[in-house]
Amino acid sequence: MQAPRVELTNVSKRYPGVVALQGVDIAFAAGEIHALLGENGAGKSTLIKIMTGAVGRDSGEIRIDGAPVEIATPTAAQALGVGAVYQEVNLVPTLSVAANLTLERQPRRFGFIDWRKAREAARESLAKLGLDIDVERSLGSYSLAIQHLVAIARALRPETRTLVLDEPTASLDAREVDRLFAVMRELKARGIAIVFITHFLEQVYAISDRISVLRNGRLVGGGLTRTLPQVELVSLMLGHELQALEARGPAAAKKQDGEPLLAVENLGARRVIAPFDLSLRAGDVVGLAGLLGSGRTEAAKLIFGATPADSGTIRIDGRPVNWRSPRQAMRRGVGFCPEDRKREGLLLDLTVRENIVLALQSKRGWFRRIPRNEQDRLADEMIAALGIATPDAERPAGQLSGGNQQKVILARWLISDPRILILDEPTRGIDIGAHAEIIALIRRLCAQGLGLLVASSELDEIIAVSTRVAVLRDRRKIAEIEGEAITRDAIVQAIAGP
Amino acid sequence: MIERYAPLLATIVVFLAIYGFGAVSYNNFFSTLVFGDLITDNAFVIIAAVGATFVILSGGIDLSVGSMIGFVSVALAALVGHGWHPLAAAALLIPLGALFGAAMGYLIDACEIQPFIMTLAAMFLLRGLCFVVTLDSLPISHPFVDAFAGWGIPLPGDGRISASGLLMFAALAFGIVLAHFSRFGANVYAIGGDAQSARLMGAPIRRTITCVYALGGFYGALAGVVYAFYTGSGYPLAAVGVELDAIAAVVLGGALLTGGVGFVAGTLFGGLIQGTIQTLITFDGRLTSWWTKIVIGALLFVFIVAQRAILRSTRTRESLA
Amino acid sequence: MSGETVRSRAPRAPVAHSWSDRRALWPLAALAAIFLVDAFISPGFFTVRIVEGRLYGSLIDILYRGAPTALVALGMTTVIGARGIDLSVGSIIAICGAAMTWLIHADVSAPLVLLATLGVGLLCGLWNGVLVTVFDIQPIIATLILMVAGRGVAQMIDAGMIITFRNPFFSSLSTGAVGWIPSRIVVALGFYVVVWLALRLTALGLFVESVGSNAEAARLTGVDARFVKIVTYLISGLASAIAGILITADVRGSDANNAGLWMELDAILAVVLGGASLNGGRVLIVNTLLGVLIIQSLTTSILVSGLPPEYNLIVKAAVVFVCLLLQSRPFRSSLGRLLRLGRP
Repeated sequence: MQAPRVELTNVSKRYPGVVALQGVDIAFAAGEIHALLGENGAGKSTLIKIMTGAVGRDSGEIRIDGAPVEIATPTAAQALGVGAVYQEVNLVPTLSVAANLTLERQPRRFGFIDWRKAREAARESLAKLGLDIDVERSLGSYSLAIQHLVAIARALRPETRTLVLDEPTASLDAREVDRLFAVMRELKARGIAIVFITHFLEQVYAISDRISVLRNGRLVGGGLTRTLPQVELVSLMLGHELQALEARGPAAAKKQDGEPLLAVENLGARRVIAPFDLSLRAGDVVGLAGLLGSGRTEAAKLIFGATPADSGTIRIDGRPVNWRSPRQAMRRGVGFCPEDRKREGLLLDLTVRENIVLALQSKRGWFRRIPRNEQDRLADEMIAALGIATPDAERPAGQLSGGNQQKVILARWLISDPRILILDEPTRGIDIGAHAEIIALIRRLCAQGLGLLVASSELDEIIAVSTRVAVLRDRRKIAEIEGEAITRDAIVQAIAGP
Repeated sequence: MIERYAPLLATIVVFLAIYGFGAVSYNNFFSTLVFGDLITDNAFVIIAAVGATFVILSGGIDLSVGSMIGFVSVALAALVGHGWHPLAAAALLIPLGALFGAAMGYLIDACEIQPFIMTLAAMFLLRGLCFVVTLDSLPISHPFVDAFAGWGIPLPGDGRISASGLLMFAALAFGIVLAHFSRFGANVYAIGGDAQSARLMGAPIRRTITCVYALGGFYGALAGVVYAFYTGSGYPLAAVGVELDAIAAVVLGGALLTGGVGFVAGTLFGGLIQGTIQTLITFDGRLTSWWTKIVIGALLFVFIVAQRAILRSTRTRESLA
Repeated sequence: MSGETVRSRAPRAPVAHSWSDRRALWPLAALAAIFLVDAFISPGFFTVRIVEGRLYGSLIDILYRGAPTALVALGMTTVIGARGIDLSVGSIIAICGAAMTWLIHADVSAPLVLLATLGVGLLCGLWNGVLVTVFDIQPIIATLILMVAGRGVAQMIDAGMIITFRNPFFSSLSTGAVGWIPSRIVVALGFYVVVWLALRLTALGLFVESVGSNAEAARLTGVDARFVKIVTYLISGLASAIAGILITADVRGSDANNAGLWMELDAILAVVLGGASLNGGRVLIVNTLLGVLIIQSLTTSILVSGLPPEYNLIVKAAVVFVCLLLQSRPFRSSLGRLLRLGRP
């Protein structure tokens, strides 16, 4: 490895309720493409935000070319030669391409912007990436691939020595990816250090020189790409933290006659997930396993009706129920705990009580309001039953810690008396203690005869609770493993693929 | 290329269509006299609307413009009553207006107060100040004001471009240059398009927002001066609701109320569309003035829904890309 | 993540049990302060007399004059609760006033006039709601359309004139009394009771607050967010219609230019003064009522104090301004820093 261009030592960052990074040591070398991998919430974004001055670190040291530096603002990062292109292209879609490329550095004549020169400069910087487009059109009118290339062009200033690319390929097709890779190789040859964040393993192996894997805010492993087999990489990414958890032999698939509780056939949506089949019996826990971007969340949302499907059927007790909204799914006894608690789950300003009774209330409709004393009783019961740590039910839900927020969402669905519960990442961002409690709860519910669908990035969690596992890769269901066959190796092999 | 200018072209086409309709339907409508009056009568609204354009381009809104015009007109009348030269009074009041706007802009950004509610408070304050200055209409009698009202560049036919009209064109030209050829202007567009990205790209948010509202105050005060000279009086209830006319002019001019998209030149045509509708309704004896509001409301509806549809279609294209 | 455990077990900050009550404290304190000042400047402020079977006095005057604003503000509270805003309420008042006058001149019976006018208000609310939900237009912009065009529509109904009428039933709405209480106050309070009951007996409050707090999460919990938003605009339209009826009955005629002018601003102000955030998530109708009373007693106090009425707007602006600053998080935190610097 060459002398590191950017070196982070023992860097930590904590947000209210979450430790985003904990003692991370990582170095990015000149002329090297360094792939940074990890699940949502693993700390990738925080790491690059610290490198690019978008947020400050709590502790640790950053060196650039050996000299310790402070990176307080994005502008300071640019001056230090660190450029970044974020996943949601951080340019202004309503501005022209030329204006985006030259904002705050427009060539001027007599104090006025010289747009002719600005357009020339814009065309030149795009030409370096092999792009020849009309720079006067608005950025938003171009495809995301072009927008990404424009963002790279903006990030590449003469002084740029390090380039961070956050999921640049997420929305590109194969040809566009090739084009981007050509650009990356060219930049690498110029001695630029490239940090490449992606969830596509084949792309990692196609282009990167070195891999680092983050998990729950820690660096859990990595190495030179050519010495790290894909199976080992997948295993690293899926984590191995639940050894403490009692190893339960996968419950023998219960023999049950009659129709499955839930049967999904050929359900799919274009550009979201390829059509898949899935069935769920009472007392089943079906795990949805796969890496980030494999389609776990998408499959869950499709079944719940949160994303509209454009093919397939859903049957409950053998009867087709083609719902088009979460409301209809809920009326049929389906519940859904989303992955992104803050954006899709909790009503942060409302109280714990209100959060808990909302699903039951919307099931009952407008006119059968749950009386206040019943609300209080339900909330207190759930707080006690799930051990939600809150002084009382009238505390705004936003003030609770992550684990307790998750329990509030679970409580919300449990009192609405569901038959099927879909849990997307039920233990994301939750401490170990609460983690075990939620796993125990899942098992208890399953014993009570609910059908559960659990999507998780934690392989051990899937293994611990599932009676059947559906394995997903690249937005496609690729395998289904049942009973005794559910092992870590089997799933990792399926994901890593031939 | 064309795509970017489509809303502006649409506005110009609508203006020409309405104007053409008038020319065909009514005798004497197609004359320099009517056109000159159209410019003169709407000069102050268009000046205020140019300021509002910057505010709206930045993603904000300014409800205090009407009160600003009212306040400047009564303050100017009062100062002239105390023996000031009208120009001296204007030289004091216009920077004062800009300063007031700057204070609003600073508070909006620094204290994270919604522009809508902040400028609403400012609207009350300025209107209240009007009443403190005077409760009655104050005449502005000064030779300069008479000369201002009487002067104009004659056009072929009977019409003329009045001093108000000239000032309006100057203010418009200044606005166009500022919006399209200065870094400040580029930053306004960037912030209105996506404030978060603009910040990451290094655009100075606080300075720009402060300047945007200062500019709104500047144009509002200038509109007040023009209004006072044009009417020759200051009246505390003057220009009530002009902020809505200004906002309507900006929207009809093709700007997105969500910010980031639009042309200062469009605002001229947006203002002229409103003025022409009013003139048309005066020409037609049968219709009464309420039709102005209904037609403008309907046009607003069509423009807003069309913009929304365009925005949606580009967004689907993005997500499918 | 092990950091979590520490957090959830950390000593809890003392929080008042029912924090909605605590929120009513500030507007209540402000109102008390105004009354206290009034007690000094105008000794007869609190006197309430009965004249001709009806209560009179400054306090009654505040309630009487505040009734239309109180109605509109109530509608605005629900709209803002679902993170919307309704700028068109003044125009709806004008339209309803014009429609009502037109119907009275068409010799329609009083109950039918009432029903039809309320229907017009609901129609206006539906229009706003559809623009916001189906067309997905920002509330400020969507309701701006009716705000601009509405007065034109009202003038069209009035044929551009100020039309007056004589009608004993509607006169009784302004001058009459139920018991000793002026009927106008009874109508406004009645509507508050209706909405309060709706909040108590139906899921309205929870649904509106959930949509205002996080519309996507509410949708994923089975709440029909679009429908809830439309309902809030319907309530606002209905409240404005009732306010329009009261105002029109009071002046015995329809003035399309001035009926309900600036009412939207007073209503929004009342909601903000009541302590609700413009970002939605709370429907505090009692607080809104307090906000209306603050605005109205300020106006009345300025009148009785002998201060020229022209100071009314300035005082109002100053009050809003202080409220805005006190609600602003950056301002509060920098103020806190200053105070801490003051006592090392």
